[in-house]
Amino acid sequence: MQLQHKDLLGIQMLSAEEITLILDTAATMKLVLKANSKKTAHLQGKSVINLFYENSTRTRLSFEMAAKYMGAASANVSASGSSVNKGESLIDTARTVDQMATDVLIIRHPQSGAPHLIAPYVRCSVINAGDGMNEHPTQALLDLFTMREKKGRLKGLKVAIIGDILHSRVARSNLWALQKLGADVRLAGPETLMPHGELTDGIHRCRDLREAVDQADVVMGLRLQLERMRHGLIPSVSEYARFFAVDQTLLDLASPEALIMHPGPCNHGVEMPSVIYDSPRSVIQEQVTNGIAVRMAIMYLLISRRNPI
Amino acid sequence: MRLSIVNGLVCDPVSGRQSTEPLLIEDGQFVSRLSGPAETVIDAAGRDIWPGLTDAHCHLREPGQEYKEDIASGTRSAARGGFTTVACMPNTQPVCDNASIVRSILERAASAGSARVLPIGAVSRGQQGQELAEIGLMAEAGIVAVSDDGHPVEQADMMRKAMIYAHQFGLPVISHCEDMSLASGGQMNDGVISARLGLPGIPDVAEAHMVARECLLAEYLKIPVHLAHISCRASITLIRQAQERGVRVTAETCPHYFTLTEEACLGYNTMAKMNPPLRTADDLAAVIDALADGTIGIIATDHAPHHMDEKQLEFALASNGIGGFETALPLGYTTLVRSGRMDLVSWLRTMTIAPARLFNRPFRGFEPGSPADLILVDTKTPWTFRADSMASKARNTPYDGWQLYGQVMLTMLEGRIVYENIQ
Repeated sequence: MQLQHKDLLGIQMLSAEEITLILDTAATMKLVLKANSKKTAHLQGKSVINLFYENSTRTRLSFEMAAKYMGAASANVSASGSSVNKGESLIDTARTVDQMATDVLIIRHPQSGAPHLIAPYVRCSVINAGDGMNEHPTQALLDLFTMREKKGRLKGLKVAIIGDILHSRVARSNLWALQKLGADVRLAGPETLMPHGELTDGIHRCRDLREAVDQADVVMGLRLQLERMRHGLIPSVSEYARFFAVDQTLLDLASPEALIMHPGPCNHGVEMPSVIYDSPRSVIQEQVTNGIAVRMAIMYLLISRRNPI
Repeated sequence: MRLSIVNGLVCDPVSGRQSTEPLLIEDGQFVSRLSGPAETVIDAAGRDIWPGLTDAHCHLREPGQEYKEDIASGTRSAARGGFTTVACMPNTQPVCDNASIVRSILERAASAGSARVLPIGAVSRGQQGQELAEIGLMAEAGIVAVSDDGHPVEQADMMRKAMIYAHQFGLPVISHCEDMSLASGGQMNDGVISARLGLPGIPDVAEAHMVARECLLAEYLKIPVHLAHISCRASITLIRQAQERGVRVTAETCPHYFTLTEEACLGYNTMAKMNPPLRTADDLAAVIDALADGTIGIIATDHAPHHMDEKQLEFALASNGIGGFETALPLGYTTLVRSGRMDLVSWLRTMTIAPARLFNRPFRGFEPGSPADLILVDTKTPWTFRADSMASKARNTPYDGWQLYGQVMLTMLEGRIVYENIQ
């Protein structure tokens, strides 16, 4: 079993079997992270380039450390603004990076579909580290990894995703992935931040947060971008916190063993109070560690598919 | 120059009759009898002969954006697609909002054009929607309509003034219906596919909202209005209701709205990016019904050529539109006529009599004294459309590789062959 495509552009292109393969491989990689010497030779002699057109701390560092723990050479490129403003098209930039004997190109970009645009033009594997409001596949995979590790299963798991669903690539990737693996996904948040119409069959859109978290096994908060308020989609942060925060009253409706998750960075007191963020049921810190294991697994699988190591 | 075209099947959208009588042409006009023996005889056996088509809506990009298209290449593309008359929108650089630009377009067309060019002037100065352009002076210079196409006239009061003022000069106002606040940065139709692609959506109500406004203004002012590139059922319902009340509202659609849906955008296919966006299968069905029952009377191309570099981009940054001259006829013939959704004559009228009537221009088909504008079409042999065969400078088309019926074999403008398919 190996991955079917050269690139990891989104969860939508993965089968349930491929997702499971990535999660299983990540479990092995996590052992490396827990070992005394955090070093493997999986990517010895390979090169990984991070091309980030948007700010990022954890995702970029996570990819960089994942590459380094496996012995790859890695470099970061921070680009600002759109390709048009830069005077070079995205395709040209990607080709240039590709020509430096690059094996894996990791891209984050403010426009949906940017990784899909460059993938056919480069020989290296492209990994989507977040494109516009489309997908953030490695985040969803680390979330699933965390859920599976804690709950032992994904099938039938009740997962409530709360917040700005409309603009969230994390929510999108999660719901595609969870749906493929048979979880029961419920979405809730301010109606102005919910997608218009049905995203897909079998996803429960709830008008009431309480309905979404009822007996939930996992409650996931999403980051609220403060610019949503400027655009008039919510009246104020305090009103959001009053009606849409993941707080104790809401969590009382969930399963007593429900996991609390958040992709970070979190606006404390807005998406959830600090006591919830730091509560024993919160796995938010472990999500970060698992992120490295999942990214190690993905890079390893993509490279071994190209030229068996 | 005396010319005779024999053995073709002539279809005249004016009379609705078909015949195999020879067509006689002298000095660029149809005649009932030649003054002497024909100097040239064209054998049109196996071909359909139709009048040269009129496009009510295109972009020729000159002046200012000649890297995309110019009047010479644009009209060559038109001729190849069977159009002998094209009305070009004013969103050039600078904007066609004054008589001198109108004259320069007409002069370029006269010297370099393979088709007759009818300029459309801007409604407002610089298409900014603030003050009226010099509509009267442009009318004198030869415009056939006014439009701020590409930019909706946002203020209802501005639209009211434009309709009243243009009407005095006998010009129709063509409205690009889009409520910008509802469209708010959208990149494709708002729906399941935009959600799947993570692209912001443009809801159909963004178009229909302004359609409603224009219908109400036309009703209140008792002045006609023409609605450009109608794409969705919501708009069509409003137009039909207004027409039933006797409001003088006419509408056009484009071949892409009856041949493609939003699904063409999957894979971030920028060739399918346009404004208004491709809609749903239900909207497509409504567009075909509206053409069949006459609610929408005109098929226009909205020929919108762009350089490849403007399409090979992130979806949100790519330009809107497709090059439409060379596919409009075969798409209409294949999808509407051959499928039996429209009869040949009614369909031909959407690209001949109807646009001529919109622009208050005479159209008498093959009648003696009319300009000898005609096309010879092979309707029987399927052929594969190739983007790299386009006469346009542009290659932005979602139809590359489509198998179609209705290939233009020859185009004649005032008795002169402006395009011939030499196989």
